[in-house]
Amino acid sequence: MTTPTAPDAMYRNDEGLGIWEHRGKVAAVGVGHAPTARRWDGRPETCVGAITIDALRKAIADAGVAPDQIDGLVVVPVTTTGAFWEAGKSLPMDVIQSFNQTDDPLDGIAKLSAEWLLANMPELTNVQFTMYGPGCMSNALNVTAQAVGDGLTHTCLVVKSWHNFEGRYYQGGANAGNALPGTPAITQLWGGPASYSTALQFAEYCRKYGKHHDMMAPFMENSRRNGLRFPEGYWAQHRPEELGPEDYLASRWIAKPANLFDNDIPIMMSGAYLFSTAERAQDMQQKPVYILNHASSNTRPRSLVPTLDEVEADTARTGRKIYEGAGITAEDLSFENMYDGFSLFHQFHLEGLGYRGIKFGEALDFYQTDISIDGPNPVSPSGGNVGSGRSRVWMHTDCIQQLQGRAGARQVTGVKPEVGVSGGPMPLGGNYTVWSASPD
Amino acid sequence: MAKQGVEPDELTQPFWDAANEQRLVIQNCVDCDRLQHPPSATCRDCDDGGNLEWKQVSGRGRIYNYGVVHDCPVRLLQEDQPFNLAVIMLDDDPGVQMYSHLPGVPVDDVPVGAAVEVMFEPSANGQLVPEWRVIDG
Ligand SMILES: [Zn+2]
Repeated sequence: MTTPTAPDAMYRNDEGLGIWEHRGKVAAVGVGHAPTARRWDGRPETCVGAITIDALRKAIADAGVAPDQIDGLVVVPVTTTGAFWEAGKSLPMDVIQSFNQTDDPLDGIAKLSAEWLLANMPELTNVQFTMYGPGCMSNALNVTAQAVGDGLTHTCLVVKSWHNFEGRYYQGGANAGNALPGTPAITQLWGGPASYSTALQFAEYCRKYGKHHDMMAPFMENSRRNGLRFPEGYWAQHRPEELGPEDYLASRWIAKPANLFDNDIPIMMSGAYLFSTAERAQDMQQKPVYILNHASSNTRPRSLVPTLDEVEADTARTGRKIYEGAGITAEDLSFENMYDGFSLFHQFHLEGLGYRGIKFGEALDFYQTDISIDGPNPVSPSGGNVGSGRSRVWMHTDCIQQLQGRAGARQVTGVKPEVGVSGGPMPLGGNYTVWSASPD
Repeated sequence: MAKQGVEPDELTQPFWDAANEQRLVIQNCVDCDRLQHPPSATCRDCDDGGNLEWKQVSGRGRIYNYGVVHDCPVRLLQEDQPFNLAVIMLDDDPGVQMYSHLPGVPVDDVPVGAAVEVMFEPSANGQLVPEWRVIDG
């Protein structure tokens, strides 16, 4: 079996597509997360393949589905946080030999194929449909929702995992060398860190609207607080530390105005869900959460970094696509879980959605009001990557758990959880899902 | 600041050759009359890939925006931390951007909107690299 990459036609990129044809007919039921770690410790049982199997098995058990009922698997094949297996470094044969292998010895260690997973999960005897949704869980969710809706699979697992190795983030490879090839040199010679482009967009935003980086502090505090109530997350599991304004504002700059905490922490993690048709979901162990729409943006900036104008045009367009396909308006959102890793662009997503009626330039003021899970305007109840480490998965898990009423200490209390939205990553480009407690 | 050297590849050879002659050239699509940077094998706006050439530009621009890099992933630049990293918009087409360390401008004291002109600095292997300096007016 060769696993294809999802065709572009599976994503809903355009405005004017109308209500999603499978609105309310696809449901998420099971959730599974493997324990997180800061870095891989080199053991077979903690490699990215092993934690993926763990997350998948938990999602299956959570849904209460027999493994032989599962007929689909959607995988994000790229697992790197920016850490790569260095060329010439000897292969960890003990780890490789602990699993059934594919033709790439680093499969399950520094990448993930559907074939590797199926070879190491013998209980999945009836998987007929496999597909890659490259990039993030957000992509893979769009693909899974569309695949189930289109009838390509009726009970489908979807998984995203991350590996993180020893060594400093992005400091190896070309960045350590004395020369660069001509094409990457045009963008990389100047040495901007990963958060640089977002920092620039934020700087332009602050100049245009008269805002300041200090105004991020309540958002950061709220996100970490929510993250500490996310038992599946990195900070809750390993470093249960609040992030008050003093700690946040005193932290060192990475690319000013982005500081250390504005950059999410790379971790080992795996998160998985079990999707099915709304009909089949009725007989499963958890309350179904219905997909009202999925929407995407493939917009690219004109040149090196997106301008604020480009960002605002695209987030507004994304908001319209999200609402149009779901047949809802901003007023229908109980909460939002848009992406936050980097924290300095969460406000772009909020403003594009018009969440609680906020307009361009107003989100940082909104952060100064009650944005907690107990108030009427919850912002990022998942806590996102700020609250639980880099995964781009927490926001989706939280939407499902909130709408199932099993978000535990994170459960929103100031609003009735009926409809949520999640997705990202960057304001320009991204993939989004609208979730609902009811199919209509 | 000592930038990494450059080993021009097929796509970018004309850009780097021109830089060594202290000229700034930018990819231009003849069919849709539009500059594009970073360069690419095809025009991003023409469905049929367009018709790309390298066009010499004025070498004038404005500082559009900047950040201050305190934690740089590139080893050679780390000794110069913190440093300015600005984005220049070209006067020839203000949608087209180039990076600059703004040599001579104090860290985090960047005159956003100021006029700049291109200059060329040697990188680690001698390849000249376009940089930008603030000019009056
Ligand atoms: Zn063209």
